[in-house]
Amino acid sequence: MIRKLFENFGIAEILLVLSVLILVIVVAVPILLILWTALFVNGSLNTRDILKTLSEPETYMALKNSLIIAAGVTFFSTIAGVFFAWLVARTDLPFKETMRVLFLIPFMLPPFIGALAWKMLLSPRAGYINKFLSDLFGLDGSLFNIYSLSGIIAVETMYLFPFVFLQVAGALERMDPTLEESARISGAGLLTITRKITLPLMTPSVAAGALLVALYSLAHFGVPAILGTERGIYNIPTKIYEQIYQSGGSFGSIRTATILSSILLIAAGLILYLQNLVLKAGRFQVIAGKSMRPMLLKLRGLRIPLLLFSILYIFITVILPTATIFLVGSLKTYGISFTMENMSLANLKYIFFEWKMTKDAIWNSLYLALGAAFVTMITGTLISYSIVKIKVRGRFILEFLGLLPFSVPGTVIAIGVILMWSGKFGINLYNTAWIIFIAYIARYMAFSLKSNSAALEQVSDSLEEAARASGATHWQSLKDIVIPLIKPGMVAAFFLVFLPALRELTTSILLYGPKTRTIGVAIYALNEDGETVYAATLASVALVIIIIGQIVIKRVTRSRIEGI
Amino acid sequence: MANVSLEKVSKTYGRHQVIPELSITIRDGECFTFLGPSGCGKTVILRLIAGFERLTAGEIFIGDRLVSSVEKDVFLPPEARKIGVVFQDYAVWPHKTAYENVAYPLQMQKIPSAEAKERTLAAIEQVNLGSLENRLPFQLSGGQQQRVALARALVSRPEIMLLDEPLSNLDANLREEMRFEITALRKQTGVTILYVTHDQEVALAISDRIAVMDKTGRIRQIGPPDDIYEKPVNPFIFKFMGVSNFIPLEYRDGQVFIAEGDSPLSYSLPEGVLDRIRRHELIAGCRPYDIELTHDDSSPTRGIIKRVIFLGSTIDYRVALGAQEIRVQQDVRDAGQGGIPFRDGDSVGLNFLNLKWFENRDLNEEVES
Repeated sequence: MIRKLFENFGIAEILLVLSVLILVIVVAVPILLILWTALFVNGSLNTRDILKTLSEPETYMALKNSLIIAAGVTFFSTIAGVFFAWLVARTDLPFKETMRVLFLIPFMLPPFIGALAWKMLLSPRAGYINKFLSDLFGLDGSLFNIYSLSGIIAVETMYLFPFVFLQVAGALERMDPTLEESARISGAGLLTITRKITLPLMTPSVAAGALLVALYSLAHFGVPAILGTERGIYNIPTKIYEQIYQSGGSFGSIRTATILSSILLIAAGLILYLQNLVLKAGRFQVIAGKSMRPMLLKLRGLRIPLLLFSILYIFITVILPTATIFLVGSLKTYGISFTMENMSLANLKYIFFEWKMTKDAIWNSLYLALGAAFVTMITGTLISYSIVKIKVRGRFILEFLGLLPFSVPGTVIAIGVILMWSGKFGINLYNTAWIIFIAYIARYMAFSLKSNSAALEQVSDSLEEAARASGATHWQSLKDIVIPLIKPGMVAAFFLVFLPALRELTTSILLYGPKTRTIGVAIYALNEDGETVYAATLASVALVIIIIGQIVIKRVTRSRIEGI
Repeated sequence: MANVSLEKVSKTYGRHQVIPELSITIRDGECFTFLGPSGCGKTVILRLIAGFERLTAGEIFIGDRLVSSVEKDVFLPPEARKIGVVFQDYAVWPHKTAYENVAYPLQMQKIPSAEAKERTLAAIEQVNLGSLENRLPFQLSGGQQQRVALARALVSRPEIMLLDEPLSNLDANLREEMRFEITALRKQTGVTILYVTHDQEVALAISDRIAVMDKTGRIRQIGPPDDIYEKPVNPFIFKFMGVSNFIPLEYRDGQVFIAEGDSPLSYSLPEGVLDRIRRHELIAGCRPYDIELTHDDSSPTRGIIKRVIFLGSTIDYRVALGAQEIRVQQDVRDAGQGGIPFRDGDSVGLNFLNLKWFENRDLNEEVES
């Protein structure tokens, strides 16, 4: 029996078992540990602690804030996303293609760096814009206060709205124009068509984008951490961080954190379930695979004003904050004016070569991101191959496990990783770089799976079978046919992990030790300590790397289209 | 070269049986076609022989090698079966040039490079692709890509070639050209070819023998093309091989009539048929061009023209015959000689030239399934 088992163990089975193993260890077990720790103490149900945690006003407030922020961000992102998507896809707006690319740039900016910039611009007393306006109008107080729920909502919206934009613009462009044309032939006016045909058809895409924003915003750490904690505004992730930080990582605080994490998990599960429903409901075939020429609305007199409005939006959300980061990052001291003699590259030299803390942070982030990107790329390929190509029983387990990383918030991953790798199972990685490394893999596996699966689905089964029939073993067919064909997808996966990992904040801040600060953690800490200028300098380094990386991704994905 | 035998082969996916117990031997050097409607499991047979799928029960031999057996727990992977496969979607590797595609099987066999080069170029020449060998697949047309696939399947001199609808993605002219090419290649190499298609025209044109399958995966008739076409064993085969009329008959007043009508049938019945018509056991089948239409009263079988369609080389009529409506086709040249072709509403005489006799209950069974 056992002999037979081994004989039947080809490459397919090895890949499958390996894939399940990786996903179970990296993702499933940590999540189960969280739920277990939240629910049970010494094997019995822990109702007392759960009730105590949930009835605390602080928890209640954090939950309320999380919900308010998520609701606000989702609402405004949906409006902005749908409006700009419609403008780009369905009107004769000038420079549409350029605008389309520009609207996606906020995607690349790390929201917490954006928050940092907005703090510099709109903090009540020291914010540049506030100061400028106060001087201009001779006011005593300040006009804007970014340290507020509405400030957090505004900043998150700026950087999350592309989720909706991307979904809706894509759907609008792929929508079969004959559906609208036949309505028009039937005598319907443009308003009727929009109301009765276009909008209902777009609802699934809009909802899918909005739910993504809700999922992300609900569990988002960076922006509330920078703009909220100063005035005592906490959401669930920042509450978890504060609890663990204040107690120095005591087990009691981690238990509380598991209870809060469970709430996030349940919310994430709920959102994912809704999204599934929406996508299923939207599966009528209105969206053709290829691009077609849709009906364009003539904006006439509004063309130029709407273009200016779009440019203004991009200027405010992208250019202004980015420029602020770069400018402040090169100042000699925070608060002085932006004149040539006040600026220099000395800060850059200082954080790169002289200050050990920032030097270490850059170095740590660099090798952690490179390592995590490489490992995630390889394992992601392996797992995607098992999901997409291997048709064996038990595949559905893998599909489910593969879905998990898409939905688990970063804070939750960090707590799970702490529970799993703090000696409980004989391995203690706490305070080492390894624990951050594992958390990155768990956090970004989803990106790699997405990119690799998409690439693999392009490779038809018969290509591999043709290789087998030509005398290639399974391994040879992978090496000679499959891997060369999905290489662009793999490279894309590498950068899709490397770039966000490089400036990761949410999990690193819960996992870093004295020697393992990352760039994200360092920027956050510098900002907390009032070293605003150095925080900005480090942030501008991160931004430069991100911009270069994005250009590389563009190159790679373009060559994929031309190559095949 | 080798024969292929399937012994009591069956395949099920979950609870769905695709191939019920099937035993068949494909002879050495033969071109054998599995012909059937889509979803009948013909491709599955090919994939079982290639080793892309595992059997549920039974055994498969290629030559005298046992390649798949459930009972004896034998499964040879595809790469060890010495086969060439041509797929419906070409499956030409997009990152390799035509030359690299064709050379790959030899590379896998570790053939010395000088010989490999010679054989690769020969195979490319054989499919008339000379001078295009350095192109990438996206620079080739569909037909050229399929030639690359054919050369790739041939180059390692396999014992059998498996072709899965290789022509169905090509346009009509190319299809005909490739059909000739496959036949020519077979003559040159003597390889055993297993061909899978739903297109009866291609099957008739290239096969030594055809196995016609129905939707349940059962083989209903095996034989050479002319047998399948001229001597169909049941109405299913007759219907599947081309446009067909089924004409129910009844016997009354000492004469055979078209059922539910007043037209008598003028046809010299083979021996024994009359008795069976009297017992309502038989139904007549005929092809549209096996019926002659006449203006005069020479035939007692009368019908009314319902619709005339000009198809170029032929003219297609629908003729009401009692309660039946049948299709009749006439060569344009014949029609021209007979004077003016028939028009809607004309009353015509029908002469049946070639009737085939089927069991009435078989037709009912077909209708039910």
